[in-house]
Amino acid sequence: MPRGLWIPAALALAFLVLPLVALIARAPWPSVPELVAGSLPALGLSVTTGLTTTALCLLFGIPLAVVLAGSDGWPAPLRRVVRAVVTVPLVLPPVVGGIALLLLLGRQGLLGRPLEQLFGVTVPFSTPAVVLAQTFVSMPFLVLAVEGAVRATGRRFDVVAAALGASRWYAFRRVTLPLVAPGIASGAVLCFTRALGEFGATITFAGSLPGVTRTLPIAAYLGLQSDPDSAIVLALLLLAVSLIVIVSLRDRWLRGSA
Amino acid sequence: MTRAARRRAAAPASAASVLLVLLCGCSPPAGSAPAGSAPASASTATLSVFAAASLTDSFDALGRQFEEAHPGVTVVLNAAGSAELAQQILSGAPADILATASDATMATVADAGLLAAPAQVFARNSLEIAVPPGNPGQVAGLADFSKAGLLLALCAPEVPCGASAAAALTRAGVSPDPDTLEQGVTSVLTKVRLGEVDAGIVYRTDVLAAGGAVVGVPIPDAQNATTDYPIAVLAGAQHPALAEQFVALVRGSGQDALREAGFAAP
Repeated sequence: MPRGLWIPAALALAFLVLPLVALIARAPWPSVPELVAGSLPALGLSVTTGLTTTALCLLFGIPLAVVLAGSDGWPAPLRRVVRAVVTVPLVLPPVVGGIALLLLLGRQGLLGRPLEQLFGVTVPFSTPAVVLAQTFVSMPFLVLAVEGAVRATGRRFDVVAAALGASRWYAFRRVTLPLVAPGIASGAVLCFTRALGEFGATITFAGSLPGVTRTLPIAAYLGLQSDPDSAIVLALLLLAVSLIVIVSLRDRWLRGSA
Repeated sequence: MTRAARRRAAAPASAASVLLVLLCGCSPPAGSAPAGSAPASASTATLSVFAAASLTDSFDALGRQFEEAHPGVTVVLNAAGSAELAQQILSGAPADILATASDATMATVADAGLLAAPAQVFARNSLEIAVPPGNPGQVAGLADFSKAGLLLALCAPEVPCGASAAAALTRAGVSPDPDTLEQGVTSVLTKVRLGEVDAGIVYRTDVLAAGGAVVGVPIPDAQNATTDYPIAVLAGAQHPALAEQFVALVRGSGQDALREAGFAAP
């Protein structure tokens, strides 16, 4: 490794760490317990919606990832379009994602209008809307992580399992899934932490109502406008939850690959 | 060979300088000139105006007027929620002028000692209920804001439009049942515009500015809350003299444009 790499590497590390140091340094420690108690509803909402999002992403994202991993035989244009569609939420500003969701599922939306007229269901401004917004932005993280893992393991174990008489489902459950478990775990962690930090799509599509749709990032942003101390504490809470998830899961599930 | 070696040596250094530029460029120190301006020559200058979202259209027009009267001067308008603007200035955002939609938000900047001179009220605004065309929720007044069956948007009480709305609702004796508490009046208006809520409380000027996209339901004077719009030159202003002139325009001949937009005289 060239010595010269150390300088930009150190700068990169400092750039990532120093803002967090500033956050911790500026925290109003004496009033932290009280402020944390005040933000428990937002914390609870963020954690439950984040977990629900992760579950949805696992349920629908793993199959999509497996399908994508086997897409090499598809016509090239189709493959490119599907890949672009999966990647778009990664690069799209989340606010744009929120507007798109509103235009799809809002009361005047493509699907939202029939939903309301036929079933009287309105999606925006509800906790499920928060989950949908989070799922939209975090699904690609899971899909790409799992697809990479599936591609890396290759198909030879499936072939062997089939040769030994395993059905496709059996091979998928007992061979493919365990082999890509580390990929699924890291994808799920990325997915959950991304959902936890979701702001733009949520506030656009789901709004901001305490206990219903006001997640930690939204509460932090609002707090910054009236009570910066509470915003700092909310930011610390987000940081703590993210760190707990990343550190504990890396040790437990990802020991081999870390 | 030599070229390759030089490139090898140069790459980390240039990457480091890019990062340094990024680090420094993100938040220029309060005293530094904003990019593109040349403080030394009086002929070209960029006047940075931070104004409440409800002032967007009027201040756009006033900015153009000012640019015509002062060749070489560019007025850059940063329109956003008042509380957000105040927070940006408290965090060191370089600006010449601040105009907010409430005395309270202006006070946070004044208390921090960041105003060059005390703020002066240049306009007043009152509230109005905005509903989508056709008024699908058949909203007739503030009393409808307690109906659970309607989808209703208000500003959060932490921001000026929310504080005013809360005052009006209290005056009307209504305990609201909102479905979302937005961060600014613009997002309330957007949700009404898209037809996603049945009603929202916004400023009278917002309904006018939205044209036919939303319909206004007036709030009687006895229930309505008026807000003051103060303006001030900031202590860190790059062009204090020009800023004074802009404030003079807003408080003088610019009043016509404000009146046209629906603002009341101070």
